Amino acid sequence: MFIINCPYCGEREQTEFKAGGEAHIVRPKQPTELSDDEWAEYLFMRKNIKGIQFERWIHIHGCRKWFNVVRDTSNDEIKAVYKMGEKPLIK
Amino acid sequence: MTKNLRVKTSKFIDETYKISFKFNNKTFYGYKGDTLASALLANNVHLIGRSFKYHRPRGIMTAGSEEPNAIVQLHSDTSRTEPNVRATEIEIYEGLDASSQNCWPSVNFDIGAINNFLSPILPAGFYYKTFMWPANFWEKYEYFIRKSAGLGKSPTEPDPDIYEHRYIHCDVLVIGAGISGILAAKTSAKNGLKTLLVDEKSYLGGSTIYQDSEHFKINNQISSSWLEKEINEIKKIENLEIKTRTSVAAFHGYNFLLARENLTDHLPLEQRNNKIRHKLLKIRAKKVITATGALERPLIFDNNDRPGILLSSAIGKYASLFGVACGEKNILFTNNDTAYETANSLFKKGINIEAIIDNREEIDSKLIKEAEKHNIKIYKGYTVVNTSGYKRINKVSIMQLSKDGQKVIGSKISIPCDCLGISGGWTPAVHLFTQSGGKLKFRDEDQVFIPDTYSSDQISIGSCNGDFTLDEILFNLPKILKKFLKINKTDYDNLEIQSSFNKSKRNIWFLPSDKVIGKTKPFVDYQNDATAKDIKLALREGFRSIEHVKRYTTTGMGTDQGKLGNMHALGIISETSKSKMGELGTTTFRPPYTPLTFGTIVGRNVGEYFDIFRKTPIHEWHVQNKAEFENVGQWKRAWFYPKNGESMHDAVQRESKAARDSAGILDASTLGKIDIQGTDASEFLNRIYTNAWSKLAIGKCRYGLMLNEDGMVYDDGVTTRLSENHYIMTTTTGGAATVLGKLEDYLQTEWPELDVYLTSVTDHYATVSVCGPNSKKIISQVIPDLDLSDENFSHMSYKNAKIEGIKCRVMRISFTGEHSYEINIQANYGESVWKKCIKAGKEFNITPYGTETMHLLRAEKGFIIVGQDTDATVTPIDLQMDWIVSKKKYDFIGKRSLYRSDTIREDRKQLVGLLTEDPEEVLEEGAQIVADINKSPIEMLGHVTSSYYSPNLKKSIALGVIKGGKKMIGQRLIIPMENKKINVTVADPVFLDKDNKRLNA
Ligand SMILES: [Zn+2]
Repeated sequence: MFIINCPYCGEREQTEFKAGGEAHIVRPKQPTELSDDEWAEYLFMRKNIKGIQFERWIHIHGCRKWFNVVRDTSNDEIKAVYKMGEKPLIK
Repeated sequence: MTKNLRVKTSKFIDETYKISFKFNNKTFYGYKGDTLASALLANNVHLIGRSFKYHRPRGIMTAGSEEPNAIVQLHSDTSRTEPNVRATEIEIYEGLDASSQNCWPSVNFDIGAINNFLSPILPAGFYYKTFMWPANFWEKYEYFIRKSAGLGKSPTEPDPDIYEHRYIHCDVLVIGAGISGILAAKTSAKNGLKTLLVDEKSYLGGSTIYQDSEHFKINNQISSSWLEKEINEIKKIENLEIKTRTSVAAFHGYNFLLARENLTDHLPLEQRNNKIRHKLLKIRAKKVITATGALERPLIFDNNDRPGILLSSAIGKYASLFGVACGEKNILFTNNDTAYETANSLFKKGINIEAIIDNREEIDSKLIKEAEKHNIKIYKGYTVVNTSGYKRINKVSIMQLSKDGQKVIGSKISIPCDCLGISGGWTPAVHLFTQSGGKLKFRDEDQVFIPDTYSSDQISIGSCNGDFTLDEILFNLPKILKKFLKINKTDYDNLEIQSSFNKSKRNIWFLPSDKVIGKTKPFVDYQNDATAKDIKLALREGFRSIEHVKRYTTTGMGTDQGKLGNMHALGIISETSKSKMGELGTTTFRPPYTPLTFGTIVGRNVGEYFDIFRKTPIHEWHVQNKAEFENVGQWKRAWFYPKNGESMHDAVQRESKAARDSAGILDASTLGKIDIQGTDASEFLNRIYTNAWSKLAIGKCRYGLMLNEDGMVYDDGVTTRLSENHYIMTTTTGGAATVLGKLEDYLQTEWPELDVYLTSVTDHYATVSVCGPNSKKIISQVIPDLDLSDENFSHMSYKNAKIEGIKCRVMRISFTGEHSYEINIQANYGESVWKKCIKAGKEFNITPYGTETMHLLRAEKGFIIVGQDTDATVTPIDLQMDWIVSKKKYDFIGKRSLYRSDTIREDRKQLVGLLTEDPEEVLEEGAQIVADINKSPIEMLGHVTSSYYSPNLKKSIALGVIKGGKKMIGQRLIIPMENKKINVTVADPVFLDKDNKRLNA
């Protein structure tokens, strides 16, 4: 059980948060202009890395804000936490 | 048979406090301070149970939580009965009633013991090989295997005890209160750190506290006396919390640990009532110091499992701590110096030692010299090749080892005995360290795995870190602590240490014998009856990975997780397969370190606190009016209101008919309500619903369908435009939280530029829905000031109104197809408005109805229920709801997915109505639908999603999803059931009032 440093609230237990999958997948601005394959790429394809992974998390039982987490999935070490729209400062 | 083997007064035992207890229905006596094991040994009882596979007699092997054999059932046939309790851990109390497990009919005569003689045909993997064929016989085999295995009994009544969870935050957690843990905790606390020290035992000081040898001294005092002073000092330190009888079960990442604090298990039964039995401590520590010590290794030779064979250190502990001799004719068998410590200690207490068998050829140390001085016969370079005695060891056979240790030579010598102590050196207790994600390294000199890299801010000290001797421990400890705690000095920087411990060891994982391996039983895992030959067999059969060998032979898979024998299993694999120990890796030790009761895990979350439930503001009325409830998400919803002993069917038929004939009333408060405000609210709704919202006039309501990005229906509900930039959305009862979450996600992450604010107001309003041809007359009495004419208040619109001065919102919307009104009012007025409607509706036989009738009424109209008629594979097109999907809107969530190659297939499962040939025949929801029953294999076309008997149509109606169903209207299909085939015709899903005339009736 890790401790996550919510960019809005500070350090809290993992149980207060929910993971939201891979980060930085932007919804296409004009979906109707995409081919089936291009749309499928956005819709279905997600990475599952052993190592450094960029993830979305929400402080669901706290401020309910979404933010990004850089986590090493091999040991759960959190390398950085940053708000939506920001760039990570990786330790 | 019964003898008193209490040899010498021990200060840890209170001989003025006599305790009686029962073991296998026989009464015995012990003293305060005894464990069940020490008290039984004092009564010369070694035979405790039978082994799992061969049902061999087994006795007490250890004096701690690593015990594999001496597991008992406490308090049989009571609500407090508990299986798998280690006799070596449970402290005796007045009224303790323990019995043997794993034997039937009794420990002295056990039918399963025939397996012992059949063992040549019970090799590793026997269960897998024999009982897997034919596959459908497995259930029958399993019954007999389980019955004769008898893994203890679980209680059949609710647990009467109270359990609790507690969170603890500390700077430093020290696990284990042996000499290393005590010194570490004192150092930490004296440096101002908030420290917690836990130990699984009832006393502090580990094995040092009862050691009495002149050879081990600290600052010129015997180490136990020196440590006692330290213990007295730490008890006075304010920022140090000490918890005994507390065992750490799990060490998770980020220094999060779970520990079980045992508060009452040692008390007489009558003193336990209304007290908390166990506390599950959820510890978050900034730093963790692991000082869990080491476990003595057994030695692997033929028949090394008989009652009376114990670890040498356990014999020492029973003598020194409990004042109990494990036997009158003791033999020790060792490959290192530890056994001599035991021998000297026994000698001092007047306990007879027949011989020491040492597999080392040349040995010399102070401890050995002392033993020789006591005239103890020492066989150097010998090994035990066999033992005899069925329910108690009575003889050992020894032979000389060859120079290379590969075989035995010379002639066999037999020595009678009643107790054999074995010592194979020590294994650091690294279980918690590895649970936390730490990586081990192998130390070749003494063949041990020790901590290498840590996954969090933690350190291992003392013997769990591979420092086994007093001088090593005390030499390394101050250095490690200073670095770890970032301090300059400790109280222990200049200790004067006297330690006599020759570290030499002759490690032979599997000792040679004069017999062929096939004729021997050298046990590696005592609890699961896995032997060295099983491991060798697994290797011969091609198993290589330690994890596979473990599962195939069941080594290390008992309740003790193989704490004693896992290293030997590895060693035998390494020797047989000629691979290096360090490269084999170890098996994973999983939490909990020692078993936890379910009570400890659930704590106070039992009974009504198991899961929270939500009640509407009108709940009490439903209870008073005898409603039956159903769970919808966390909500308790009125399901139906049986009158005068009506069945559910009869109640639902009555309610459904009344609602259409005159008037019905429903508590709809559980529907999710989300208040949406902001200048971009209309645009936001455009993007999240499939239909268009910009042109919805203020004061109007609209039904909306929400999709996932994959085009599948996610939720539905009516949203009302309250003003230019203000909407109130309703969601399904179960979907309220996830819909809000999804909307917040899009707003925060995809469209942060939109000016929209979302507020969950589900609990703020009570919703009373009145429907039926007389609903207008009823509402006109409840809200006389409101103009209910169709011109002023049309279907799908809303009005602000007041009931006795209290503001409310009235929506004219309908989920039943009847003329109906929904009054939304501040929650605390909900029940009073409900009662007003009931009162006003009395002359119209207003009938309260529950969720079942609501489902029936909407099915008559072909309205879907998301989650019942849909799963995550249904698009609005599949539902024949093309009308709600905007063609004009450029984009909305899920739009692009509606014309993927998969979603445009014409043979997708589509929602249709189903009518049975026999109108009285009601289909089963979930039943499969087929066209051709003679085809093999039968093609499943779809299934029934909703099914009812309609009292208004006087026939059975159903909805279902069928491949290509839209084009099959009028076609006859078959629903095969267990005993019959039901003929159905595919129909339009709207069964009643297709022109919606009733809405304005
Ligand atoms: Zn937060």
